[in-house]
Amino acid sequence: MSTYFTEDHEWISVDGDTGTVGITKYAAEQLGDVVFVEVPEAGASFGKGDDMAVVESVKAASDVYAPVAGEVTEGNGDLADAPETVNEDPEGKGWFCKIKLSDKGDLDGLMDADAYKTFCEGL
Amino acid sequence: MADQTTETLRRTPLYDLHVEHGGKMVPFAGYEMPVQFEGVKPEHLWTREHAGLFDVSHMGPCFLFLKDGMGEPGGHEKISAAIERLVPSNIAILKPGQGRLSVLLNDQGGILDDLIITRMPGIDGMLYIVVNGAVKVQDWALMEEKLSDVASLQKADDRILMALQGPKAEAVLADHFPEATDLTFMRCAYLQKGDEKIMLSRSGYTGEDGYELLLPNNAFGTGLVKELLADERVKPIGLGARDSLRLEAGLCLYGHDMDASRDPVEADLGWVIQKSRRERADFPGAERILKAFSDGPAEKRVGIQPLERAPAREGTEIHVNGERVGIVTSGGFGPSVDRPIAMGYVRADITAPGTKIDLMVRGKARAAEVCALPFVQPNYKR
Repeated sequence: MSTYFTEDHEWISVDGDTGTVGITKYAAEQLGDVVFVEVPEAGASFGKGDDMAVVESVKAASDVYAPVAGEVTEGNGDLADAPETVNEDPEGKGWFCKIKLSDKGDLDGLMDADAYKTFCEGL
Repeated sequence: MADQTTETLRRTPLYDLHVEHGGKMVPFAGYEMPVQFEGVKPEHLWTREHAGLFDVSHMGPCFLFLKDGMGEPGGHEKISAAIERLVPSNIAILKPGQGRLSVLLNDQGGILDDLIITRMPGIDGMLYIVVNGAVKVQDWALMEEKLSDVASLQKADDRILMALQGPKAEAVLADHFPEATDLTFMRCAYLQKGDEKIMLSRSGYTGEDGYELLLPNNAFGTGLVKELLADERVKPIGLGARDSLRLEAGLCLYGHDMDASRDPVEADLGWVIQKSRRERADFPGAERILKAFSDGPAEKRVGIQPLERAPAREGTEIHVNGERVGIVTSGGFGPSVDRPIAMGYVRADITAPGTKIDLMVRGKARAAEVCALPFVQPNYKR
């Protein structure tokens, strides 16, 4: 299983042709206290870079983009009642959805953990 | 406010202190201001439980005073008559040191700004006025244009204007100014400490007890702010929490919850127009405003309680049975009430508290109802 990162601070952890998607620890810290998350439902499909989910802090609503193209197999329903999970465990229990990749080639342009760390340090 | 990034942003006298305290600086009303320090939610909750220090030096404090006859008997009546040409409140009736909220009106009765007008204590013929930062240039130009026959304007936005808000504000400030304890809500004292002059008023925009201080932009002023921040009961608070605090308190943000297209009755600010002024009908746009009083406005500002967890932000359409009946003008999450909250304008027949409405959030209808304001009861010291 490998985890990839986008410049928009999403992560995708890929196992076979399915990926689990969420927002990074860096993004969660920047947002502050998350008060609402709108995750996609199973069956929804997205192109790479499409608006896929919304995360709202006290301050503002932010779009979350699909890191790869594919079809959602599961949304994290637990976030509806516990949006704070995104702050507590952004790269674990705070995952947003699972997505079946339509083209694993979409992963090629994404960063690995080291590259993403360097990217964040430059922000 | 088109493309603020290309403008030269101003810095308040407290800029370096904000950076030192970890403030995340953003452009706001032409200034670089801290949007947050440790986070909107903890700052908001801290202010409601302890004391929060806000830099509001971007706002427009000023003094309006008589060209002739300052300090003479009748001076207050003369300066009040001048400002009352532009605002619909009874200013003449204010006691020395007393302030009140009012609105600056255009000739159609539309709201150009909201402002606090205080009768200067100790000298007749002078008013201390604080207008909003985003529109201060226009406000001041209007006052100078319309009142120059009798009054002069001294702008004071080169000084420090700060607010200390929260249940511990009185105890904190009394350590520096014992006079603070004697003031009640919307009362103001003019203090002189050595050569330094301070305007101290018991007011603010969070729904909490607290004070606003106009301080000189010098070592004394910044030194006092540093001392206050060094107090363990006090934390610096950014614009983010200022916004969530005022929204919970049901207070309007100019340019959002009211603007030149809205009159005070629509904005549910009819109470700033006292009976004597309604009877005299001698303020700008009196015809429209008095008609709105007698017939009721077509739309009115109301509180909105979302019944689901999704916050509804500014610009969210309000629907009933699929028909658009209004719009959200401020909305977000209230950390103290721990749920989403909003306010906006709805058609006159929708304004009763408890009326069911739909908030169209990203294309989905989210259940909500009209509710009374505020969301958090104020703790003003009357």
